Amino acid sequence: MDNPRSLLALDEFERHLLDGFQRDFPLTPRPFADIAARLGVTEAEVLDALREMKEMGLVTRVGAVFRTGSLGASTLAAMAVPAERLAQVADLVSAHGEVNHNYEREHRFNLWFVVTAADGDAVRAVLDDISAATGIAVLDLPMVEGYHLDLGFTLSWH
Amino acid sequence: MALSLDATDRRIVLATQKGLPLCARPYHAVAEDLGLDPAEVQARIRRMLETGVIRRIGVVPNHYALGFRGNGMSVWDVPDDRIEELGRRVGDLDFVSHCYHRPRFLPEWPYNLFAMVHGRDRDEVRAKVAQVAEVIGDADRGHDVLFSTRILKKTGLRLVA
Repeated sequence: MDNPRSLLALDEFERHLLDGFQRDFPLTPRPFADIAARLGVTEAEVLDALREMKEMGLVTRVGAVFRTGSLGASTLAAMAVPAERLAQVADLVSAHGEVNHNYEREHRFNLWFVVTAADGDAVRAVLDDISAATGIAVLDLPMVEGYHLDLGFTLSWH
Repeated sequence: MALSLDATDRRIVLATQKGLPLCARPYHAVAEDLGLDPAEVQARIRRMLETGVIRRIGVVPNHYALGFRGNGMSVWDVPDDRIEELGRRVGDLDFVSHCYHRPRFLPEWPYNLFAMVHGRDRDEVRAKVAQVAEVIGDADRGHDVLFSTRILKKTGLRLVA
């Protein structure tokens, strides 16, 4: 997972692409040409840099970030899994197409995952299925209110 | 939350949720794949932005690969009558990427405010959590930080066909 090309190895142009275009990507026929014009480079240079950073895994994608809940119902779920069963339970959870994040965390509740499905009943069915298959209770912690607009993430170069 | 997506919107979401094609005319490419007019694809994406279905369009960096290895989910037990005000103030901190009010699950889970904090390492995350604690002040009836030890699965929010 270690990438030899760290943040610090990126040149100023690549940093600018990463940090300055996490939002307001142009909705125009040639968006990369518009970005290029703003940065004083060519369209091909922008596309090449993004393709390379994507290939290296530094960029997940160029595209839309959807609001949680906008494509259906979702919840954050947690389980307290005995250490010796964690790998097996984690695989079982990840195997569900409705699970889009699954993290191991240091806590008695050591498995945390997000379930997204068409509606609340479908989400509930996934949680019930996981709980029945593992015999472990699943905490269902849906969002009551969100307080952050998620306008991107400042990478704050040092 | 009402879903105001029609069948065409959903086709566009399905075609683009793994990212726009990295080519000179990405909206044209999507339109061609779907048999739609490029201007309509742009207009529909713009409308999803305006209605808030799409929060933003842009470069989505992989923070972990970029060196932000510390990921702490800070969780707080704050009085219900103050959560609105405190949630807004914590969510305004620039190092908090997500801030949510979630239900408690007593007795095992007393925390109702979740704030995701990122940093290069755990010490940096801890220092930032201390800043969150300052914002919360005497409303802090208990908190914890859950560091992630492994990312077992991570895909963007996906619409299932």
